[in-house]
Amino acid sequence: MSSTIDISLGPQHPSTHGVFRMNVTLDGETVTRLQPVFGYLHRNHEKIAESNSWLAAMPYTDRLDYICPLTNNWAYALAVEKLAGIEVAERAEYIRVITAELTRLQNHIAFLGFILGDMGAWGTALMYAFREREKILDLFESLTGARMMCNYMRFGGCRCDLPAGWLEAARQVADGFPAFLDEMEALLTGNEILLARLQGVAPLAADRAINGGMSGPVLRASGVDYDIRKADAYGIYSRFAFRVPRGSVGDCYDRFMIRVLEARESVAILKQAIASIPDGPVVNPKAKQRGLRPPAGEAYGRIEGPKGELGFYLISTGGDRPYRFRIRPPSLINLTLLEELCLGTKIADVMVILGSIDIVLGEVDR
Amino acid sequence: MNDLVEAIRAGVPGAGVDVVENPGPSAQHALLLAGSTAVAVAEFLRDSQGWDFCSNVTGVDWPARKVREVRKTMQDGKEISESTELDVPGCLEVVYHLYSLKNKLGPLVVRMRTGNRGDDVSVPSLTSVWKSAEFQEREAFDLFGIQFSDHPDLRRILMWDEFEDFPMRKDYVAPDDCEYEPTPHDEILERVNARRGEA
Repeated sequence: MSSTIDISLGPQHPSTHGVFRMNVTLDGETVTRLQPVFGYLHRNHEKIAESNSWLAAMPYTDRLDYICPLTNNWAYALAVEKLAGIEVAERAEYIRVITAELTRLQNHIAFLGFILGDMGAWGTALMYAFREREKILDLFESLTGARMMCNYMRFGGCRCDLPAGWLEAARQVADGFPAFLDEMEALLTGNEILLARLQGVAPLAADRAINGGMSGPVLRASGVDYDIRKADAYGIYSRFAFRVPRGSVGDCYDRFMIRVLEARESVAILKQAIASIPDGPVVNPKAKQRGLRPPAGEAYGRIEGPKGELGFYLISTGGDRPYRFRIRPPSLINLTLLEELCLGTKIADVMVILGSIDIVLGEVDR
Repeated sequence: MNDLVEAIRAGVPGAGVDVVENPGPSAQHALLLAGSTAVAVAEFLRDSQGWDFCSNVTGVDWPARKVREVRKTMQDGKEISESTELDVPGCLEVVYHLYSLKNKLGPLVVRMRTGNRGDDVSVPSLTSVWKSAEFQEREAFDLFGIQFSDHPDLRRILMWDEFEDFPMRKDYVAPDDCEYEPTPHDEILERVNARRGEA
């Protein structure tokens, strides 16, 4: 006869990536039940946005997935532009692509550092990743004034133009990045311990991933060829040549490697965008910012965020504030299948599986 | 959109489905499903029409409101405008955004409406069709008070279990003893004083 034990993992646990709790039932070391508990960071962002003007919601979006403020800004700006039919200035489209791909780079390398921490390589790998991430945050700071709370995008463009010498600095970061990825790969991807901890752990079949609403790198790791940058070709992504990496079995190793491969593609997009950015205004002069009143109607706008499909669903009744403001949080929805992935694995693997999904609690709880 | 409605009516006999126009520039029109046949229609959309990915699920609160309708008639060479007030009953709405990963199409917007905002707030859960709806339907239940029948695990998700109201409803009033106002002031202080006077 075996007896089970219930454990409350978190909320203050370094491996839960924030204040996230899992009620786990264990039979020996094997997980037989896992129930995620949310809400520790809930501040009802949607209600706050519905009681403020359209523009006032922009800085709040920084605080969703606080690792990736610029892509959050873009998703919200994109949804409002769809809702109100606003054209985006040409130069701003390029700036958006450049900042979004820089965001993806720093998110993916932070992911590499964190998942190594989850596997017990506490700190060292993370510091390598953060050394590189800091260069990108410096670029964000000189452009927007803030490393993480950027509040940079505006309806129809961006808040300010690139400072002098910024593009050259960004080009240097992009040029130097593959060498860093090579270094990271030399240290990691063939490492025997890493392979043992990741390969074959929690494989996710493509049809389950689709039905469970997985998006972004997690979906593609399961072998689904779906990238919103290709499928919707929002912004100006149709002008750039890049590939969409896919995994084959959808295990933790595929979810790990997909980030490395995507980072390399982001570098390719960055180089093309930096080389071809035109001069011009950075915001559509006809677009109203303060006092915007989009015509009555609704719109769902979404982008390929670093963590998955980040969407905003907005309803306007013609007023000066959103009637309905909904965020589609990839971090929350990618956790839908967490229990399914973890059942039957060992407790030590739960941390790695959670790490391989890549969540931020600011976005899960909103 | 009308082709799709025809296909649904042919594929699911007796299906209750209408089109809701979206007047805005995005032109994302929606299908309005009747609750009784919604699960069958959803399965038809997923299996026969290729809408395999349910991306976004959320609620919308529409309190009862009055709409003023102005009618202009010509009488004796003069224009006379008559206005009538129409009562629009309130309801809660659930909105699903579907995509097709196979055909690279989307979004298809699907809505369902409850009978009112009080005692008839139940709609069928579509979690059995798209697993991704599970947490999001829980969130719509938590914040809007929409009951999803046949949901596998309908509990509060973001608010704590003991919480009683539904914060995303338009008529929600934050309690004046809530934890973020340790030293009441302004209108909250007035409310607190009024309550102390009653006691």
